[in-house]
Amino acid sequence: MRISVNGGECYAYTGFHRLDPAQPTIAFVHGAANDHSVWALQSRYFAHHGFNVLAVDLPAHGRSAGEAFATVEAIADWIPALLDAAGVAQAALVGHSLGSLAVLACAARHPERVASVALIGPAAPMLVSDELLAAARDDELLAYEMIVGWSISAARQLGGNTVPGMWMTGSALRLMERTRPGVLHSDLTACQSYGNGLVDAAAVRCPVLAVVGGRDQMTPVKGARALLDTLAGVRVVTLQGAGHAMMAEQPDAVLDALRTFLQATPRR
Amino acid sequence: MSKPKSHRFDTLSLHAGSAPDAATGARATPIYQTASFVFPDSDHAAALFNMERAGHVYSRISNPTVAVLEERAAALEGGVGALGTASGQAALHLAIATLQGAGSHIVASRSLYGGSHNLLDYTLPRFGIETTFVDPRDIDAWRAAVRPNTRLFFGETLGNPGLDVLDIPRVSRVAHEHGVPLLVDSTFTTPWLMRPFDHGADLVLHSATKFLSGHGVVIGGVLVDSGRFDWDAGAARGKFPTLTEPYHGFHDMVFSEESTTAAFLLRARREGIRDFGACMSPFTAFQILQGIETLPVRMQRHVENTRKVVAFLDAHPLVEDVGYPELPGHPDHVLAKTLLPRGCGAVFSFNLRGTRAQGRKFIETLNLFSHLANVGDAKSLVIHPASTTHFRMSAEDLAKSGITEGTIRLSIGLEDPEDLTEDLGRALHAAGKT
Repeated sequence: MRISVNGGECYAYTGFHRLDPAQPTIAFVHGAANDHSVWALQSRYFAHHGFNVLAVDLPAHGRSAGEAFATVEAIADWIPALLDAAGVAQAALVGHSLGSLAVLACAARHPERVASVALIGPAAPMLVSDELLAAARDDELLAYEMIVGWSISAARQLGGNTVPGMWMTGSALRLMERTRPGVLHSDLTACQSYGNGLVDAAAVRCPVLAVVGGRDQMTPVKGARALLDTLAGVRVVTLQGAGHAMMAEQPDAVLDALRTFLQATPRR
Repeated sequence: MSKPKSHRFDTLSLHAGSAPDAATGARATPIYQTASFVFPDSDHAAALFNMERAGHVYSRISNPTVAVLEERAAALEGGVGALGTASGQAALHLAIATLQGAGSHIVASRSLYGGSHNLLDYTLPRFGIETTFVDPRDIDAWRAAVRPNTRLFFGETLGNPGLDVLDIPRVSRVAHEHGVPLLVDSTFTTPWLMRPFDHGADLVLHSATKFLSGHGVVIGGVLVDSGRFDWDAGAARGKFPTLTEPYHGFHDMVFSEESTTAAFLLRARREGIRDFGACMSPFTAFQILQGIETLPVRMQRHVENTRKVVAFLDAHPLVEDVGYPELPGHPDHVLAKTLLPRGCGAVFSFNLRGTRAQGRKFIETLNLFSHLANVGDAKSLVIHPASTTHFRMSAEDLAKSGITEGTIRLSIGLEDPEDLTEDLGRALHAAGKT
């Protein structure tokens, strides 16, 4: 659905269902140079199983207008505005990569709006190599290839997509190629400059799930360790063999981790 | 962190889409010869039906063996995904039926495979879809043929049978200026010789019966989506409602919202394959996969052999002319150097000097060349287009397509090239004495 947030038009995938005030809401927040479609299977499942779904395209991404946010905190402060616009008082937040930082910061800064958070492929700090940042600034196609190459585990680089007939590498690359000029660099800079990850993590009081990929090269398990150690009571699910693009590589495992977590989390 | 390396073409030909079988350890892709797949429980069944979980339900919609072929074809073409179909013709029909319905229009090259021409010129008008055929070399003709209801441009990488090289960069530009995609039949070239998506095409189809297989034992097709075309751009004008408006046949899904890059393939599988049912069998997919494993080495040899045969015929006194884009006299010689640097394939035509009877004598004297209606086999093939593949076309249309009574089409196989030229020489000699 199209929705006006802070005066800007944005898009949120709802599974083609109307939001039902009686149902709990899950907001999905994608990573750098991605859009709502990275959550296709998971968001669709919840939309059919008693949840309102807002799988959003962040401003300047996918079908949403506007400028990309320069900081993680700016995205975190925009999420409550999204919920306001949708008429939702509180939601579970699910974020991937950059999106995981945004939902973490949102839970710390706006605890009354967040029922629970699920961090998919998180790390804090989320360091971005100088080489990748330079490519994002000077040669975006090269940067997309670098990200896709690092995001999909070696085994899946050769295929074996669980979605019949789909070539994961080509799909990931083509999605990033649709990104507007400058947006990837902005997104990566936001990741790189977010220095409050551990402070925000210590402030989070709602239930937290972290899903990490055993073969993740973008946000390796060791890079997430400090964050996981700081989050009180965090439930950690490690997907053996999965790279950073785990919603595509192991869609059922991600869904099952989210299902177990969200269905067990008290609905407020 | 150094730049990650992506796999190259030959490696993908062998490995893309496949892995040792998790259940048995089988290295070859197993043939999942089953109509249906058992559901672990009712919830899982519902999730598969509702596209909430990935997997297989019924082999008309998808099958693990066919999926390996689809993924491999997408990897080799540089697309986002693919669909295996019962034949190349089924792939063409699926592409058209996914994008348009009654009251719509196609602009197509007039240098097409006879079967494609039949579908567009004689059959689809009955369903309200009209086609304007244009000289593929005339860019202005493509532009002039566009109507408000045009929904597709269609051509072949190498036109049949004159080997017109489709100027994909320019034709796709015209298509995109008018908000329509370019579908390319890449059967004659395969992704080893050219990847149309690299030049601006949006959709690619293959008759996988031909070079992708190479063995001539199956009928199958593949339809690949580049994932680049912006279906939503024309949504306000209702241009592609099958992709941009709710589909009541599947949960009111708006395919372009459901998938940013694979809306076309989603609709093609969720409607076209489901309802028209022209699916590929798992055994067929397995056999095509066996062929693709050797595609790079076969295509290299096909081209090498073809160059020797072309040189032989071009110098023969009984041959009027040879239509092969690598020859300087071919109208698309310069374009071919740009788009087809590895070669112009292994199918070409030549014109005999002489009578129809001499042509018949030539074909019937050949020994190694099999006289049949196919191309892209490992064995060399020959046919007389005017009396077979293109016999429904009028004399005028034949002439426009560069076909005469003396036109002979060859598909050069992998035999020793000296044996092929000796066979041709013997047949030409016999024809000359007729």
